[in-house]
Amino acid sequence: MTDTAQSPAMAVSDEVAIDIRSMNKWYGQFHVLRDINLTVYRGERIVICGPSGSGKSTMIRCINALEEHQEGKITVDGTVLSSDLKNIDKVRSEVGMCFQHFNLFPHLTILENCTLAPIWVRKVPRKEAIETAMHYLEKVKIPDQANKYPGQLSGGQQQRVAIARSLCMRPKIMLFDEPTSALDPEMIKEVLDTMIQLAEEGMTMLCVTHEMGFAQAVANRVIFMDQGQIVEQNEPRAFFNNPQSERTKLFLSQILGH
Amino acid sequence: MAMTPYVRTRMLEQKPPPVTSVGPAGWMRRNLFAGPVNSAMTVVTLGVVALLLSHLLPWVFLSVWNADSLAECRQIIDETWGTEHSGACWAVVRERFLQLVYGFYPWDFLWRPNLTFVLMLVALAPVLFTGLPRRMLVFSVLYPFLGAWLLWGGPVWTPLLALAGFGVAALGWRLGGRVNAILAVALAVLLPLLWWILVMGPLGRGLSALLPLGLEPVESNKFGGFMVSVVIGMSAITLSLPLGILLALGRQTDLFIVRSFSVAFIEFIRGVPLITLLFVASTLLNYFMPPGTNFDLIVRVIIMATLFSAAYIAEVVRGGLAALPKGQYEAADSLGLDYWQAQRLIIMPQALKIAIPGIVSTFIGLFKDTTLVSIIGILDPIGLSNAIRADSAWNGIYWELFAFIGFVFFLFCFSMSRYSMYLERKLNTGHR
Repeated sequence: MTDTAQSPAMAVSDEVAIDIRSMNKWYGQFHVLRDINLTVYRGERIVICGPSGSGKSTMIRCINALEEHQEGKITVDGTVLSSDLKNIDKVRSEVGMCFQHFNLFPHLTILENCTLAPIWVRKVPRKEAIETAMHYLEKVKIPDQANKYPGQLSGGQQQRVAIARSLCMRPKIMLFDEPTSALDPEMIKEVLDTMIQLAEEGMTMLCVTHEMGFAQAVANRVIFMDQGQIVEQNEPRAFFNNPQSERTKLFLSQILGH
Repeated sequence: MAMTPYVRTRMLEQKPPPVTSVGPAGWMRRNLFAGPVNSAMTVVTLGVVALLLSHLLPWVFLSVWNADSLAECRQIIDETWGTEHSGACWAVVRERFLQLVYGFYPWDFLWRPNLTFVLMLVALAPVLFTGLPRRMLVFSVLYPFLGAWLLWGGPVWTPLLALAGFGVAALGWRLGGRVNAILAVALAVLLPLLWWILVMGPLGRGLSALLPLGLEPVESNKFGGFMVSVVIGMSAITLSLPLGILLALGRQTDLFIVRSFSVAFIEFIRGVPLITLLFVASTLLNYFMPPGTNFDLIVRVIIMATLFSAAYIAEVVRGGLAALPKGQYEAADSLGLDYWQAQRLIIMPQALKIAIPGIVSTFIGLFKDTTLVSIIGILDPIGLSNAIRADSAWNGIYWELFAFIGFVFFLFCFSMSRYSMYLERKLNTGHR
């Protein structure tokens, strides 16, 4: 896997997509995120890893305000996140998110899952929303399942639908919160392939994952978090071959060791 | 022991199950005659059932349908089947059928409750069965006004002006919305209230003076029988579902005052017997009303029954909400849906589906509880059964009346239960 293999669309612009300045968050007395500073440029693919409880999921959930931060400033695509509900809804409609447990709506068909938000949030005409949905379902290679219900699909298929559902909102940024952790080994690849394809098209992505192969293949930055702090960040080759902090070395030896 | 290496060369085909485990024979074997104890219990139980039926069936079917009094009934039974036989005297149901159904509603106007009942079925159809054209829902929304007017009569202007109050609310919402959201809500609530309390009465009288269109008014104290059970039951059922949902949401919200109010309301209502509330409706409520307002007794009872079952519905719906994984809220949020959109499109369809058995149980309970209104003097079927016994011809007849009333209630409640099972099956979209 060399840098030259990356397609030109994967180039990173110098336009800022997300800017997090001295963000702090507490759960009650517990200080979960400590002085997070992070600037994400448009087109960047960032992989965030770290031990469980290190705050990586919490951090990306702060970006679309699923979690509230108490201190600091988060700017997403030029909009500053405040407690104003309109700002939050605006940011959320620009930022797609995929969850560990897919969180598809079980009472709606795959197609309805994909058209719901465009119709109600973006006010797209139904016909156009269906066309867009079919386009993205084809992209994740499950157009033939459009009229089934989520419960009838395999885990890998459900996660791909979840990606398509987010894409139907035509987001500028995609957040992935451990998208492959709940999947059987046989299904991980199909989801990763979809994510790689997305990266190749130039999507700005923040990805909490332990798939180090994925990190090496598409990330242009890997962030290691521990105890609510960013401990180390680097481009993937340097990160994996030459980690600087002791904590990172230990973590890498544990997940790559066996 | 040494391990024997093994490689499967051919995958196995599916085989049919053994004959004894499928079909009627298999079913009986599994369910009725699995082992000696099970078989013995089956035989004993069948014997008991046969014994009960051998007494019950002759009473039900070797019975009298034509007679003018209980004494005549007994005489006919003695003459036909001998003095040993004890048979039912269904003649009372036959003679008092109209009264049991309509109470003392004027005989000349029976077409009005009949039409109201048929229209009720039409209005319910599109709500219950989503396959029907959605346009029919317009009629369902208008039906309460039409139905109330048909039953109680009075000038045609009353329901029209009451409906116009919602137009006033929309107007207030529009006008207030130009300034800010708080004013919009305030005007949308206050203006229609003013309209209904102050404007509607005089305007209605003025319009009736100009164009006296309307039906002969029928007082609430003429209402009775199953008609009053259906009116109170159906109104309270339809009103308590939305109110219960709002209370359930109120109990979950982060807004402190709304949450405290919802909790206090639910706990208070659930902690008080329905009879107490009915007495409040029949006697106390008038003290709280401005002097001179004469609030119809049946309407007051409907309000109380609605509040009562709304508290229970709220708790049942809360159970449904609690059963939803947090991820559903997060997914809805992350797609940019606002609170009400998320509730309407994602949360409620699933929470209500989970809560269907509980909701329908509450409705069935509420429908049967309508018989309690006999205590405050409304002549529902139970109240009427007392009135019928007060007639010397039918003095002493209990079982036949109660059996008939029970049978009719069973028909209503059993259809509700069947519908809920149909709905559950229809909404079952596989495992989540």
